[in-house]
Amino acid sequence: MKHKKMKQENTKENKNTLMQGWAAVWPVCVGYVPIGIAFGVLARKAGLTPLEIGLMSLFVFAGSSQFIAVSMLSAGAAAASIILTTFIVNIRHLLMSSSLAVFLGNSDRKKLSLFAYGVTDESFAINLARFREGGWDLNRSLVVNHIANMAWVASTVIGGYGGQFIPERAFGIGYALVAMFICLLIFQIRGRKHLITAILAGVLSVIFSLIIPGNIYVVLASVLAATLMLAFKRL
Amino acid sequence: MIKSEYLILVVGMGLVTYIPRWIPLFFLSKRKLPPLIIEWLDLIPAAILSALLLPELITAGSPRHIEIFRPELLAAIPTFLFAVKTKSLGGTVVLGMFLFWLLEKVM
Repeated sequence: MKHKKMKQENTKENKNTLMQGWAAVWPVCVGYVPIGIAFGVLARKAGLTPLEIGLMSLFVFAGSSQFIAVSMLSAGAAAASIILTTFIVNIRHLLMSSSLAVFLGNSDRKKLSLFAYGVTDESFAINLARFREGGWDLNRSLVVNHIANMAWVASTVIGGYGGQFIPERAFGIGYALVAMFICLLIFQIRGRKHLITAILAGVLSVIFSLIIPGNIYVVLASVLAATLMLAFKRL
Repeated sequence: MIKSEYLILVVGMGLVTYIPRWIPLFFLSKRKLPPLIIEWLDLIPAAILSALLLPELITAGSPRHIEIFRPELLAAIPTFLFAVKTKSLGGTVVLGMFLFWLLEKVM
């Protein structure tokens, strides 16, 4: 009897974990689906099969670097230079994982290794906001990461099959991620120091994006802005 | 069939993407970080999101140049106010898409 009750409570807790993970992650899926489809269409045009598209999404799971890889592939770039570019574009995740690590002390390392796979710009911001609010844990954040991952892999494959039938500009889908970043940014601003850092990073990022080719401007601007902010505070 | 060169490419891309995601979680989470680093990391999310966002709103083209009057920026202003007021991620995404769709029609 006791055993049965415990089992029931366990299933209830699992269900809660799933439901709360889903409640946090669905807007990310709304953002991923159109972009995933767009990626699938482009990758198909670059000569990849739906299976190859799905494999890239599964192995890499990082949208902007996948777009860049496909454009480099169709320009005939060598694998080594595509891999190097991927590394540079995605190095920003190092900062995101470091911020998340603060909340995950003494977690199971196998789970952490699985969790690391799903750290993207979006899942990072969602999970971090929830960790700050409290009542969030590694299991819930794993649900967030993996539902987002499934939405990404599936929508890129769908794009590879039949995305040409969906008009690119329908329903403002191209704006989903921008709108999401706006809200996620607001979640991150919890005081004057965050506000000043964000303004500084935004301005630096615009300047760097105008003068430095590629995507490295995001990392440069964020690192410089946070460092300057700390330096100001210490003066 | 998948060509082996393609497999090498995606596995390579996967590794260089996974390792920076994994190192801090695997090694830092067991360790107490110095307060200065924690303070710095606390500022990083707002910095990254802003650095990702602002160039999307006010620059365009390749090579990039400043372009202010774009539907991206005009839609962003009411979307921003809505997000500040409601703090609802889903609502913000839906409203932003709708406004952008409208503005693209009229601009």
